[in-house]
Amino acid sequence: MIARALKRVGITGRTLVTAVPYFWLLLFFLIPFVIVLKISFSDAQISMPPYQPLFAWIDEKVLQVQLNFANYAFLVEDNLYWKAYLNSIFVAGVSTLICLLIGYPMAYAIARTRPSTRNVLLLLVVLPFWTSFLLRVYAWIGILKNNGLLNNALMSLGIIDEPIRMLQTDFAVYVGIVYSYLPFMILPLYANLEKLDLTLLEAAADLGSRPWESFLKVTLPLSVPGIIAGCLLVFIPAVGEFVIPTLLGDPGMLMIGKVLWTEFFNNRDWPVASAVAIALLLFLVIPIMYYQRAQDAESGGGLHR
Amino acid sequence: MMNERSWFRIGVLVLGFLFLYVPIVSLVVYSFNESRLVTVWGGFSTKWYAALMQNEQILGAAWLSLKVAALSATIAVALGTLAGMVLARFGPFRGRTLLSGLTTAPLVMPEVITGLSLLLLFVTMEQLIGWPAGRGMTTIVLAHITFTMAFVTVVVQSRLAQIDESLEEAAQDLGARPAKVFFLVTLPIIAPALLSGWLLAFTLSLDDLVISSFVAGPGSTTLPMVVFSKVRLGVSPDINALATILIAIVAVGVVIAGVAMSRQQKARDRDAQMALAANQQMIESMKRT
Repeated sequence: MIARALKRVGITGRTLVTAVPYFWLLLFFLIPFVIVLKISFSDAQISMPPYQPLFAWIDEKVLQVQLNFANYAFLVEDNLYWKAYLNSIFVAGVSTLICLLIGYPMAYAIARTRPSTRNVLLLLVVLPFWTSFLLRVYAWIGILKNNGLLNNALMSLGIIDEPIRMLQTDFAVYVGIVYSYLPFMILPLYANLEKLDLTLLEAAADLGSRPWESFLKVTLPLSVPGIIAGCLLVFIPAVGEFVIPTLLGDPGMLMIGKVLWTEFFNNRDWPVASAVAIALLLFLVIPIMYYQRAQDAESGGGLHR
Repeated sequence: MMNERSWFRIGVLVLGFLFLYVPIVSLVVYSFNESRLVTVWGGFSTKWYAALMQNEQILGAAWLSLKVAALSATIAVALGTLAGMVLARFGPFRGRTLLSGLTTAPLVMPEVITGLSLLLLFVTMEQLIGWPAGRGMTTIVLAHITFTMAFVTVVVQSRLAQIDESLEEAAQDLGARPAKVFFLVTLPIIAPALLSGWLLAFTLSLDDLVISSFVAGPGSTTLPMVVFSKVRLGVSPDINALATILIAIVAVGVVIAGVAMSRQQKARDRDAQMALAANQQMIESMKRT
């Protein structure tokens, strides 16, 4: 009955099935960004919510629009924000590179083991992901502290005489990011390396190329899509990382995720926090679209868990 | 035979997995430490577990987190399955690129951005339509559905891409309506993917700190929020005990899932062999005629 009535006005089951998740994502994922953009142009004020309305009706006839670029001007003028942006990009970039240098050999080694062992190893890569991210970062506090595991181990081995300060340094942040995001690097790389046609390497060997030459000229170029997917999966979220620099880094370390958090929770300046978010999003929109296109080309492959 | 290259491989794997697992093992070991100083071994003790069980704040937050995770994972699986079906089965249509973008972007979007934007949405919605009134469990659940459904969509979509469409087509040719095909044919095939999608959404929700902090209100403190505020002040052994309990639950779950999956695999192998044998017989009989 209802189905027939709906069909008469041109709504089929197919449209409904598409419309429900579409509507949800538009409402809860896309529209929020429009609101962030809107609020980034408004003035902070002490009220709830703590910003001035952008649009106001004057005499119920004229729509007054107040665009306030002061928040963006503030971002450009204040050195703090520039430094935080550049530092976040730098830290995320270096972490991504270290992830690649550790993750590539691991993915390669897993792809070259027997299929029965392979599944166990893959499970071991994914397993930490199922335990709490927050608690895994917390574990590093106990390891890197002045009287922590690592310092104690190094001192009892006689390598150092007094503890090295490792917690609350940039080093600790790199360790934390690489540790937390390593599975995201290994999985797409593995998915790619596993598909590699081994006869190509045999052909290269038959034609007289050494193993490392075959690696550089055959394996590495063919694995570029995996490298790109893995790097984007690490780099994009790492730029906005908040938990790791807060728990492991120096309190003065400038990361854009921390700046946004402080503006919002400590300074209660929602408009500036919104402007920071928009500026970060503008920087990330190109890598995100690139990642989405790569994912679509693989038609949903890659990120198997 | 062990040559130089396989030694290199083993070395890489051993070092890599040590890096991944030493921190987790250290959490577990020190949860049984008598001493309050987490790094000094003072003998075996389970007192931190007892302390944890008496911590009303942690227990209350854990209960809220479990409720939020179960509710949001269930709705996320329903929505994510629809989105996965649309992307994997409906072919090209207008707006497909946008939908696929909206399902992959939350996977990589920095959490501070998602959290802030959702909070501003909820505030605006409250001003316009009066719902959701204030912030609390409802807003946390809505936010968690949104970011976990992206993961479910990816899992379901990749599973649908692997399975043969001909079964669904056969059912349709035999006169089943699309809804019937979905519930009787597609759903049973993708059920394992739905289960892993649900578990993934559940763990992600249970673990989320940043998004929850933005959209939570007073009186709705989730477990990660309590843990974060404690951990910020340094290590505390009862958090190690909490971590150990979570790790134990995951380990047990993985072992059960692993056993179930290997059984299924064996059944599948058997079916495949029988199909091959039947095929062989058919070819033989055809040769004879």
